[in-house]
Amino acid sequence: MSRKGKLLLYGVLLVCCVPFVFPTWWMATASLKPVNEIFAFPPSLIPQSVTLDAYRQVFELQPFGQQYLNSCYIAVIVTLGTLVISSLAGYAFARITFRGAGVVFMIVLAGLLVPNEVTIIPLYRMFDSLGLVNTHWPLILIPMLGAPSVLATFIMRQFFITLPRELEEAGRVDGLGRLGLFWQVSLPLARPAIGAVAIFTFLHSWNLYLEPIVFLSSKEKFTIPQALTQYVDAYGGAMWNVQLAAATMSALPVLIIFVLAQRQFVEGLAQSGLKG
Amino acid sequence: MTPRLLTPPHHPGQVLLEKQVTEPPVAARAPYWTMRRRDELAGWLFVAPQLAGIVAFVIVPLGLVAWYSLHEWNVLAGTFDFVGGSNYRALTDDPRLGPALRATGFFSLGLVVLNLSLALFLAVLLNQKLRGTVVFRTLFFSPVVVTLVAWTIVWGFLLQDNGGINAFIDVLGLNTLGIDGPNWLRGDATAMISVIIVQLFKGVGLNMVLFLAALQGVPAELYEAARIDGASAWARFRRVTVPLISPTILLTSILTVVGSLQVFAQIAVLTQGGPGTSTTVLVYYLYQQAFQFHHFGYGATISLLLFVIVLALTVLQWRMRRRWVFHES
Repeated sequence: MSRKGKLLLYGVLLVCCVPFVFPTWWMATASLKPVNEIFAFPPSLIPQSVTLDAYRQVFELQPFGQQYLNSCYIAVIVTLGTLVISSLAGYAFARITFRGAGVVFMIVLAGLLVPNEVTIIPLYRMFDSLGLVNTHWPLILIPMLGAPSVLATFIMRQFFITLPRELEEAGRVDGLGRLGLFWQVSLPLARPAIGAVAIFTFLHSWNLYLEPIVFLSSKEKFTIPQALTQYVDAYGGAMWNVQLAAATMSALPVLIIFVLAQRQFVEGLAQSGLKG
Repeated sequence: MTPRLLTPPHHPGQVLLEKQVTEPPVAARAPYWTMRRRDELAGWLFVAPQLAGIVAFVIVPLGLVAWYSLHEWNVLAGTFDFVGGSNYRALTDDPRLGPALRATGFFSLGLVVLNLSLALFLAVLLNQKLRGTVVFRTLFFSPVVVTLVAWTIVWGFLLQDNGGINAFIDVLGLNTLGIDGPNWLRGDATAMISVIIVQLFKGVGLNMVLFLAALQGVPAELYEAARIDGASAWARFRRVTVPLISPTILLTSILTVVGSLQVFAQIAVLTQGGPGTSTTVLVYYLYQQAFQFHHFGYGATISLLLFVIVLALTVLQWRMRRRWVFHES
């Protein structure tokens, strides 16, 4: 490629970056600005004066630490649970010949066609009749066992199908049973698929919004996405600096982990069964 | 000898020896637990949690949605009466259904078209032999990992009448050219466009990465051959690249269409369905009817409609794949 072509390409890439990077930058910097500066004209790309006032208010107005913890522990349980359930099921669909496998696979795949939004009313009634409304159970059980886990199972299945059969035959000669073959031979090789499923599942749980606002009603039970929108003044107007401070705290840790492990993130997703 | 030594993977000889010692001589009768039977059981046990979950949290609720849709259900009054098809009649007579379907169609079509074209465009840019593409890839992908509501809030902040975007329009002097930043989230036309843009930049990185992986799988010889035949860059893209990555295009389009029909948080945070009902998509309307107006029966009818739409669009795309998806074999 010519020098000119390269420069042009870099120029296009840089311009394209703006809508991807600027919002995050604006979120983090505006959260540090005093209230009178966040709507100042001309806008300041770098805060003129820095204050942590908004961050203090985040914790004063709501039990944000507790809400943060809620989101973290729910996402971790959902991720681990989904990994267990989807790797077992994905392995069985890819590797084990058993009667009814085809029918079961079709039933499971139906989950891909039924978004949780469609079934939210009966799900609400079911958990209500069990007395589990305003607990975290629905936010854990529905993603882990319901429709969202199907994509995970599908990714795992697509991966296990690609593993050569000879690997397992060697294990069989050594006297391993099915569980042993799964646990000692196939699963350790499935690291890219496990990574992809873990990232998908964690982000899905972390972002969940409809389910929390339907199921949860007390502030100390809230998850982060729901809590973020609750920082409003007496007239219902958004307290922008406080919302942005809380938003920054919710986004930065995941962003930092992503930047550090971006290769595993991106390549894990790309190499998973989602390739088509 | 301890039984622990039974299965050391590196000493097959020893395993044989151990087996001779510990297992009884081959009996005349075949053992009940043959490998086939063990696999039958293992297969069912492995899929049992997933199957139970899908039945409990997808299949049964889907049946209940259909059942509820035949009832007039007032949660506050505690009544649950069979009304037959009257919810369906109400749905076809509902003056808000048309606008909701239009809003859903506009959002989904706009998002899917923009998302897939931008994802492919960025993937092609990143697939050039250029230093630093990993940095750009990371930047384009980063919104995918930003908390959805956080991303939506900061865009809501930027899109205020006196917010960042209009301020930068003024700073650049565009207002003197007659371009004045509108109140994005309060205008009928701009509100929906804003929601589409917010979701576009949030999620396009994922499709971009999938496209990039597909592009890297296209053999270089094919481009070389096309170039020798005198094919222009566009012809090479159209005749070589697109057919070879068409399975990925199919997959991303199915996932993006289904995802676009589920958009809820963005609407709830940015516009609450307004101004008027211009951004009230089907999911948001369903939420309002069920959880704000407590019309569970009617809400279930809307849910069923949503399901039928998801099903129809997925089946349609899957069917159409024969027309345009390229298979190597």
